[in-house]
Amino acid sequence: MKAGALAVVVILGAVLIFCTHGFPPWGDPASPASRHVSPYYIEQTMRDTAVPNIVTAVLADYRGYDTMFETIVIFTAGIACIFLLRTRQKTETETRLYRHVPTGITLRIEKGGKFPKDSIDFERIDSEWVPYDLIVKTTCRLIVPFIQLFALYVIAHGHYSPGGGFQGGVILGAATLLLAVAFDLRSAKRRLSEKTAAFIGTLGVFIYAGTGIVCMLLGANYLDYSALAPLMGVDPVTARSHGILIVEIGVGIAVMAVMVILYYNISSAGRQDEGL
Amino acid sequence: MFWQIEFVIFIIVIILAVGAISVKDLLSAAILFGAYSFMMCLLWAIMGAVDVAFTEASVGAGISTVLFVAAIFRTSRRTKD
Amino acid sequence: MDTSFSMPIAYANYWEFVILMMIGLYAIIAKKNLAKRVIGLNILQTAVILFFISIGAKQQATIPIIEHVNGISRVAIEARSYINPLPHVLMLTAIVVAVATFGVSMALIIKIYQQYGTLEENEILEKCHEGKKQT
Repeated sequence: MKAGALAVVVILGAVLIFCTHGFPPWGDPASPASRHVSPYYIEQTMRDTAVPNIVTAVLADYRGYDTMFETIVIFTAGIACIFLLRTRQKTETETRLYRHVPTGITLRIEKGGKFPKDSIDFERIDSEWVPYDLIVKTTCRLIVPFIQLFALYVIAHGHYSPGGGFQGGVILGAATLLLAVAFDLRSAKRRLSEKTAAFIGTLGVFIYAGTGIVCMLLGANYLDYSALAPLMGVDPVTARSHGILIVEIGVGIAVMAVMVILYYNISSAGRQDEGL
Repeated sequence: MFWQIEFVIFIIVIILAVGAISVKDLLSAAILFGAYSFMMCLLWAIMGAVDVAFTEASVGAGISTVLFVAAIFRTSRRTKD
Repeated sequence: MDTSFSMPIAYANYWEFVILMMIGLYAIIAKKNLAKRVIGLNILQTAVILFFISIGAKQQATIPIIEHVNGISRVAIEARSYINPLPHVLMLTAIVVAVATFGVSMALIIKIYQQYGTLEENEILEKCHEGKKQT
């Protein structure tokens, strides 16, 4: 099996390397890819949309349909993960581990026993529990606000520098994941529960699709942001720039919610009581 | 940029890709895969694709590695081939 | 960069892309562990993205962000001096789709492990056939 696969792969690789003869040399400015459609976008972006980052302008304005469906794809991935992993198992009859804080004794309470509820002396621990590590927990608690601030900066500054909605959304989600990894899953869930994350994800997709519908209600095509100009009181070119910012915010918060949902479900295999 | 840097990164990327699929421990495969993502991000940044490199750095080397390690934590770590 | 290219330097990007794609394809076909196959799929995806980015590169051109001061561009915009931005746009969508499928495949791997207790393909097939023989 492996020898056959290796032979197939080597032959296919040799055929493809032979076929790369016909490509234009790397970096050729006269290659067909650089001559047909892209000069229009490079020259006209500043005039049409007043956004210097050409990639963001093309992604969110000229090809806004594709980006809307890409947002829907990643939202669907989050929903699919929920459907796959959250099953109606008996989650409440698992054994739980509690630790008595003053003495350090660990209790293991089987199903049917009585759980000590919300008392100061008993804390609930995971199966793989490590002692309180001051450096890791303090550092993560200090860093997380700065990560979130940087993520907001990346979303908002996507017009002028590399960045945009998707990158900022991933970094925002990574901040919550850092909390979940440094502390435990339950303290991250207290701050951002899965229900809130699902609601925020839906809100992000609605912001994107809703902007298009607002443009259509004002008389222009779907996702034609220059129709928002009378609503904001600016000229159509600046209205396109602001429209790009609105949809980038929608993409960002949808992506953040999906990253959080993916991590909560995968790291606890659906049960959502213990994490990594 | 200098083509010498590109060649060195090419060789490193191939070694990391072959290593990621050959090691017998899935956790090592996850870390090698994260390193492969970082090297690809560097390659694209050298070729001028800064947006794509930013996205790959945050997604491939951040989220993909964390999700993979979480999935390995819930399944087995050893593999037979 | 040199303007007189010999063949290896001019085509090295494309050879690199073919080698990486074949490594990914080999992992998908020949490996039995499911997680290794998912890694191979991701290697294939990043190799294809490398191919598209190297199509869009240009010599002596800068990144596709127009130089500007306060929202007004400072120099005349020529298409020759900026890298082709269209492949970058397509590849951003490709990366998003790649991470979405990676997340769902991790969820599927966990489900398969819960059901069969192993991630190796031949052991899973044996358990399937045993289950079919008994019913």
